[in-house]
Amino acid sequence: MSAPVLEIKNLNVGYGLGDQGVRAVRDVNLTLHRGEVLGLAGESGSGKSTLAYGLTRLLAPPGVVTGGQVIYHPAEGEPYDVLGLSDERLRKFRWAETAIVFQGAMNSLNPVHKISVQLTDVLRAHEPKMSETSRLARAREMLKLVGIAADRMDAYPHQLSGGMRQRVMIGMALILQPQVVIMDEPTTALDVVMQRQILGQLIELRERLGFSVIFITHDLSLLVEFSDRIAIMYGGRIVEEAPAAAIYRDALHPYSKGLLGSFPALRGPRRELTGIPGSPPDLKGMPSGCSFHPRCPKAFDPCAGNIPVLGRPGTGDGRTRSVACWLHPTEEPVG
Amino acid sequence: MRFFLQRVAFYLFTAWAAITLNFFIPRLIPGDPVQALITKYQGQLSTKAIESLYVLFGIDKNGNVWSEYVEYWKQLFAGDLGLSFAFFPTPVSEVLSDSILWTLMLVGVTTILSFVIGTGLGVLAGWRRGSWTDGLLPVTTFFSSVPYFWLGIIAIYLLTGPDSFFPSGGGAEVGLVPAFDMYFIPSAIQHSLLPALTILISSVSGWILSMRNMMVTVSSEDYITVAHAKGLPERRVALGYAARNALLPNVSGFALSLGFIVGGTFLVEIVFSYPGIGFQLFQALGANDYPLMQGIFLIITISVLVANLLADVVYLFLDPRTRKEG
Repeated sequence: MSAPVLEIKNLNVGYGLGDQGVRAVRDVNLTLHRGEVLGLAGESGSGKSTLAYGLTRLLAPPGVVTGGQVIYHPAEGEPYDVLGLSDERLRKFRWAETAIVFQGAMNSLNPVHKISVQLTDVLRAHEPKMSETSRLARAREMLKLVGIAADRMDAYPHQLSGGMRQRVMIGMALILQPQVVIMDEPTTALDVVMQRQILGQLIELRERLGFSVIFITHDLSLLVEFSDRIAIMYGGRIVEEAPAAAIYRDALHPYSKGLLGSFPALRGPRRELTGIPGSPPDLKGMPSGCSFHPRCPKAFDPCAGNIPVLGRPGTGDGRTRSVACWLHPTEEPVG
Repeated sequence: MRFFLQRVAFYLFTAWAAITLNFFIPRLIPGDPVQALITKYQGQLSTKAIESLYVLFGIDKNGNVWSEYVEYWKQLFAGDLGLSFAFFPTPVSEVLSDSILWTLMLVGVTTILSFVIGTGLGVLAGWRRGSWTDGLLPVTTFFSSVPYFWLGIIAIYLLTGPDSFFPSGGGAEVGLVPAFDMYFIPSAIQHSLLPALTILISSVSGWILSMRNMMVTVSSEDYITVAHAKGLPERRVALGYAARNALLPNVSGFALSLGFIVGGTFLVEIVFSYPGIGFQLFQALGANDYPLMQGIFLIITISVLVANLLADVVYLFLDPRTRKEG
């Protein structure tokens, strides 16, 4: 496996402090390697978006990072903790090193400015020495990269379709050639045809430009197809992490199995679709022990009492994967 | 362009309707101006004089309403608004041009100032939500709900008096001739301070409040988060992204208040006996001076319409979504 580019260590993110606060992300350890697509899946409220906002320090109050480290390894130079950056250094770090494509394809662009202005103001902020003509040239180049005609530079966001807007956002995310691109449900607002088209394009661009992707979605079927590794989140914790194929073939955590069982396979024998009974846990009153145990079909004695640790399972391909479940107790915890 | 012409056509129609109403309404008010003049001169007018007054005022012929209406339009286009009854025999247009400058200077300047100051403070308060600026909110809410004239009365009560710097009323020192000289201008400014402050304090609060609330709303939009994530300087995010979008609803409010410069602050002018349009209307009402009333209403109507048209045009520039393609 190649070198890490982003290491999340014991990250805790909450909303509000003290007794009123809730912990949305709990003790998350996750490593993103150079050039890989890491999928992050889970139900609504599982903390996947909060994780993304937390590690880029974009959380709006009352959201607050309560602990942990986010170690970023720049292409050159020493690794540093993103959470410890000063405001000015953070501003420089943003977009240049880690760009984000957000959920709302429709609302991510400022309605009163032309596309060209919104593409070039990033360059103006990060590369002040660049001339106006080369800025425009660069913006045009990015549009071409995502398959949008250069004459759309003078368009306003409302003159573009949803798919085009999201492609503009992807082009914008890549304009400073960041090492990490975080995609927070980038295609939920688009129809399935457009989804595949845009994601296919992104994967192709990744091969060409060599950035890493954290791909957040509740749509596990998309992840299985487009990502290298998948991490499954439940109740603010990562419950399983494994290569995409391994998760698809043989998920270890009952929750991952439940997610996989809830969408139909395109090929292979027909099978009964099953959902996961119950609803996601309330962050204010997390169940004791493994937070999934009230809904788990395989829950047994230790589940309600003790929190399982994320670690290497004792099975055959245990080197490359980890799981937090009492069915697969670990002797080698992660993090 | 088509959109613009449509708007112009709409406003022309509205202007016609308003002017027509303007023609009829004073004629529905009971009493007639000659009777009012007779009372004013306490019966010292001869019968012949009264007859000639009727002729002068043009209310001698019992012509039908239609021919009066046509006549009214003809006069309007000639810029002739008739003779004022109260300031007889001064033409209405002259009375208006004397007073409108007072109003424009006082209310115009304060309206623009309060919009600029209020919007600026509102941007700041909205952007720094949760800091000390939130402490201003109860104060602004209080002042924006207080009527202008009440604040004016309080100001007169507290700040004016025989020894005070602030005069209690009037536009300038009595006896000074309006001119751009070192006697008139300082005196006019001194007289306008209290009414201006009154208007400013009560209207600036409204702008602060609405701009702050829009800023707060806009700040939670996705494109603001994107702007932060892009690592843009704070100023650029606050002004180019948040304030730029938050400003849109306020601009139409501003255009409306421009329209009400002429008509919106009667009570302040009355409280301060300020020789503007509002004070004039007050006197016209007392004297059954319907040519003057008509003239004032006409000016108010036109200024409201022009301000609205202005708002439409400015909106075209500010918000690309209102521009139709093609």
